[in-house]
Amino acid sequence: MTGSIEFPTSEPASQMQLASFTQETLALTRRLFLQLARRPSTLIAGVLQPVIWLILFGALFSNAPEELLPGGMSYGRFLGAGVIVFTAFSGALNAGLPVMFDREFGFLNRLLVAPLISRSSIVLASVIYITATTLIQCFSIMAMASFLGYGWPEPGGLLLTVLTLVILVFAVTAISLGLAFSLPGHIELIAVIFVVNLPLLFASTALAPISFMPAWLGWLATINPLTFAIEPIRAAYGGSVDLHTVLIHAPYGDVNGFGCLAILMGLSIGLFFLIRPMLNRKLA
Amino acid sequence: MSLIELQEVVKTYGSVKALRGLNLSIPEGCLYGLLGPNGSGKTTTLRILSTLLEPDSGQVHVAGFNVLGNPRAVRTRLGFVAQDIALDKILTGRELLQLQGDLYHLRSSVKDLRIAELTARLDMDSWIDRRCGSYSGGMKRRLDLAAGLLHQPKVLVLDEPTVGLDIESRTTIWNLLRELKSLGTTILLSSHYLEEVDVLADRMAIMDNGRVIAEGTPADLKKELGGDRITLRVQEFSDENESEEVRSLLSSINEVSHVVINRSQGFSLNLVVDDQNVLPLIRQCLERAGFSIFSLSQSRPSLDDVYLRSTGKTLMDAELELAGKRDVKLESKKAMR
Repeated sequence: MTGSIEFPTSEPASQMQLASFTQETLALTRRLFLQLARRPSTLIAGVLQPVIWLILFGALFSNAPEELLPGGMSYGRFLGAGVIVFTAFSGALNAGLPVMFDREFGFLNRLLVAPLISRSSIVLASVIYITATTLIQCFSIMAMASFLGYGWPEPGGLLLTVLTLVILVFAVTAISLGLAFSLPGHIELIAVIFVVNLPLLFASTALAPISFMPAWLGWLATINPLTFAIEPIRAAYGGSVDLHTVLIHAPYGDVNGFGCLAILMGLSIGLFFLIRPMLNRKLA
Repeated sequence: MSLIELQEVVKTYGSVKALRGLNLSIPEGCLYGLLGPNGSGKTTTLRILSTLLEPDSGQVHVAGFNVLGNPRAVRTRLGFVAQDIALDKILTGRELLQLQGDLYHLRSSVKDLRIAELTARLDMDSWIDRRCGSYSGGMKRRLDLAAGLLHQPKVLVLDEPTVGLDIESRTTIWNLLRELKSLGTTILLSSHYLEEVDVLADRMAIMDNGRVIAEGTPADLKKELGGDRITLRVQEFSDENESEEVRSLLSSINEVSHVVINRSQGFSLNLVVDDQNVLPLIRQCLERAGFSIFSLSQSRPSLDDVYLRSTGKTLMDAELELAGKRDVKLESKKAMR
């Protein structure tokens, strides 16, 4: 019971182990999808909210002068990338909720008395589930943005968009799972989600470019992980998938597409390493 | 060979000592009852066996495996039916069993077969495909039991499996436990129902304050207490003087022992008789002194008497005493992982 979450190892029986690990992970993932199919309200709300943002915010600045935004982009098109990232972010922030409810209602104990090959299957199932659902939500938003005339990325840009979103979702899922195992209950978890959600959106380049912001907010926006996800997607929507292009003129220097992805990736890996000891403790 | 073995197990929660050097040894194929009031350490013991809790010290083995050194081997061989049933309200009973089967890595064919068997055995056919959220207490308990049995464990551990159940569900569960025992499963069940342990268990232990205070077969434990219990009244409402007089009369009879005046019951007299034939003797003795018998009832010693003798209080009193001391909310918080 002490020790850490063991990942399946390459021993002679590793084939069996891998099959068993897959079996338990798929079963846990299936449960989450069954819950979703029977209670789709959170998925739908997760799409509705950004759609409303897209329509209302898009309309708010629709008469702004053409040359106001960098590259003469329309505000709707500018906003699109921000809302897509916001969708992924707020969707992934909820990743911890099912885990928290399992802790509170004792269902986690049912999983813990079972001879799981590795308890990382519990975490992996959450990651698979939340990645799939947030991508579904993001695609719905992208379809809506396209319908509103805010464009659709080229194939290369689409790939970049998905890649960026997936890395962001991993990072945010790690935070949410970490919170789900460290906070005392779902009330506290929802409170944290509530407090974190909007400020992170406003302190990013989702709604306005850095040039519109006072220096201090510009600083915040250029260290905000959301910005590193928004800018590559915005570039993809602008038709550029050249990752060498500088995307962020931050006070501390320029960041190109590679830089954005590398920072997100580093953050994602770093967070999983950060929460690992706690998951080990709680799941061991 | 004993399939469950606990040696000098200690477990504390903060300042509360839940287990103080618990020793327990349960032979293979035995249906073993763990009796004790709420708060005596039963649930803690079972949670340690199920690998959910780590003891502070002591040795714990299940089916020959150390729960600390090889928890996965223990989990594979152990079926655990917890006290608070955690089902997923949104899943159907069948889906929950399928999930359970996958967590125990059953092959698809075995899984379906076992689900069909248990569904039939526990009379779940008519509602197994309904969502768990709509189940009654008895249905939940039966499904939970099926989940614990799905992988055909060698050892089955149940924490108060029939608390608050209707008679039909309780009978179904009792019959199943007897059947499992006859098939060789080693079963440990905790209970604070005396009757349940008396009827079901081959052997039993009484727990109090984190320790085992009496151990043996229910029959032996009762036999140790000696003969039948008799409650006697010379009048419907007697008084102190009269009952004292009767007491000294009765105490003079050789086969009579432990004569106690029960002041709260109209000065009735409780006594123990070693021999059935002593009743005419009592009658004679009282009549000679001018007393008639208003009422006399005789009973075999019960497990409650065993508990009373071991702890100095009845199980009911122990429950009431502990009920005020417990913080159930705090305990469930502590049990949260």
